Amino acid sequence: MSEENFPSDRYGPAERRMAEALVDLERRTLRAGEDAEACECREGMFPSLSRRGLLAGGVALGAAFAGNAVRADAPPGSVDYPVQPDPTREQGRMILDDGGYGSRSQFENEVRWRYPTDSLDSSWSMTPLASGQGIITPSGLHFERHHGGIPTIDPERHSLIVHGMVDRPLSLTVADLKRMPSVSRLHFIECSGNGLTEWVKPTLRTVQGTHGLTSTSEWTGVALSTVLREAGVQDGAAWILAEGSDAAVMTRSCPIDKAMDDAILAYAQNGEALRPEQGYPLRLLLPGFEGNTHIKWLRRLDVSDKPFMTREETSKYTDLMPDGKARIFTLDMDAKSVITFPSGAMKLPKPGFYEVSGLAWSGRGKVAKVEVSVDGGKTWTEAPLQEPVISKCHTRFRLPWVWDGTEAVLQSRCTDETGYLQPALKDLVAVRGTNSVYHLNAIQSWHVAPTGEVTNVHA
Amino acid sequence: MSMRELAIAGAIALAGLPALAEDTPATDAPRAFAAAVVPLPDTGEPTPPSPVIAGGGEVGATPGLERDFGIGRPATEDEIAAIDIDVMPDGTGLMEGSGTYAAGEALFAERCAACHGEALEGVKATGGPRLIGGRDTLATEKPVKTVESYWPYASTLIDYVHRAMPMDAPGSLTADEVYAVSAFILGQAGILGKDVTLDAESFGKIVMPNAEGFVSDPRPGAY
Ligand code: HEC
Repeated sequence: MSEENFPSDRYGPAERRMAEALVDLERRTLRAGEDAEACECREGMFPSLSRRGLLAGGVALGAAFAGNAVRADAPPGSVDYPVQPDPTREQGRMILDDGGYGSRSQFENEVRWRYPTDSLDSSWSMTPLASGQGIITPSGLHFERHHGGIPTIDPERHSLIVHGMVDRPLSLTVADLKRMPSVSRLHFIECSGNGLTEWVKPTLRTVQGTHGLTSTSEWTGVALSTVLREAGVQDGAAWILAEGSDAAVMTRSCPIDKAMDDAILAYAQNGEALRPEQGYPLRLLLPGFEGNTHIKWLRRLDVSDKPFMTREETSKYTDLMPDGKARIFTLDMDAKSVITFPSGAMKLPKPGFYEVSGLAWSGRGKVAKVEVSVDGGKTWTEAPLQEPVISKCHTRFRLPWVWDGTEAVLQSRCTDETGYLQPALKDLVAVRGTNSVYHLNAIQSWHVAPTGEVTNVHA
Repeated sequence: MSMRELAIAGAIALAGLPALAEDTPATDAPRAFAAAVVPLPDTGEPTPPSPVIAGGGEVGATPGLERDFGIGRPATEDEIAAIDIDVMPDGTGLMEGSGTYAAGEALFAERCAACHGEALEGVKATGGPRLIGGRDTLATEKPVKTVESYWPYASTLIDYVHRAMPMDAPGSLTADEVYAVSAFILGQAGILGKDVTLDAESFGKIVMPNAEGFVSDPRPGAY
């Protein structure tokens, strides 16, 4: 066995000795694993870990080993390794120690926060923007909005059906789509409900609560136009219904112009397959449109000459105006920005230098300019934009600031390439009132007290 | 046994277990998860995925052009019919069947009331929203948005209940049950007579109170 698995032309004698010892060790481990499985307490810790899983090879084994180190108080996504008193005086842990996928440092703890909706199945979680850096949201921190929980779907049993006003109704597997010409683009997705608690008075305390329903990823997939050309869209087609295969069988109508423009059938996010909660194995991406339209777990596209008037585009995601009429198909996300540092519920330890930093984005194109005020909007200073500045994507701005220890109100406002300037809340409310729920893109104000405490205010 | 030892064992044992990793299940059996990556025999590198060609590739056959990649396969009428469940405002997509208010009343008590309330008033603890009432509140400080006061199309009610309700067993209602429970909700809302049997024909006569309540997006150019 040893010559076969650890041939001498590749392994030195010491390595082979070690390897043989370890194969023996591994055999004993598998036996121990079986014993452990019999114990109920451990079973609960690894719900998907069966004996077959253990035997299936390295991946499951790795998970089991990482599992040994998981402690209830270690942050999610991390492994609780013993901290070395002096890492220069002993070897560090072994390569692939966590099974070959990787995990974050046990000293990092940011997590998504679930907004306390009454229903657990129809709920949302928000991205911790306060600790975010750059423009990309880690996949595991991308905000979520589900109306029927997160389905578990085997991509080999999933397909996308394109039908309706097309010449050639198509059935495409994810493997089929992966063979087609692909595109990768960086785009934000923002739920149009982002900020819905903030219309009347400052309500949530952190930027995660006020703005955490926006995230940016690099999305890879097939341009929807490629698939539609393949199916042959008929004259008169004006709308497409996109439908998911979750328990809500979520549906939204998308104008055909958008579908032929920059829509993507995305199977990958940040270089790997989509996360299950982001629509694995396939989601629709409609860059710059409100998040709800980016149908996850996509199973069907129905081409029609009319919109379908689904529940989400009539009962929800319509904006009620003061006169009792509601705007329908308010799909574009207007320009918006927010300072993420310093932001609500932080405390600046003392006067001195701080780099003000935040995110700006627009569903209508590129961010052209971001201005920052530290005096509640009396004076504005243009903040340099971090390259790259990408259309319909988070853009990072930063501005050096020396806090003199007196009261300050920090604000940012964004202008996009169409010339649209992010409004003050009172300007929005003057037109929309306070019952429209969606599309709050007003300037956010953070109050810095002389104590250094930062709070969410309307200024 | 230290973590370090275990991890070395795991990583190296992987190289020694190709036979097990290749033991893939029969194609038709549902999978619980992806099989372990198969190491290449000589070097032990993980085998990268190869393209999969599942269907017959009958659609077109000119790879490399902007269309006609010859990828995928024609969707059959049966496949489409099995999932084509949407119902549109003009009645397109309505299921065959019918239901009465009386049948809907019994069904609602059994399948819906726990979350939406006996009087369709909503049950906060379950997140089940109120379904009726609220007319003439939309322009007030406290608008009450319900099927009765807000929804512009009855098709949306039928479509949504069919696809997503009851929340604890979505997709479980028959077409007749969907019609019945919709007739009950619309009857309670004073939109449909309690003696009217709801089906594709009577559907066409329903006028929702807020049908004219929606306007198109004035943006860009206005807030
Ligand atoms: C287990 C709880 C539960 C049961 C049982 C249930 N519902 Fe619901 N229902 C909900 C929840 C929660 C929502 C809101 C879902 C969301 O917002 O995504 C909802 C939404 C609805 C809506 C849309 C309301 C609106 O204003 O948007 C309708 C209509 C509805 N349900 C009808 C029914 C009918 C009819 C039944 C019985 C056949 C039923 N429900 C059974 C929990 C339930």
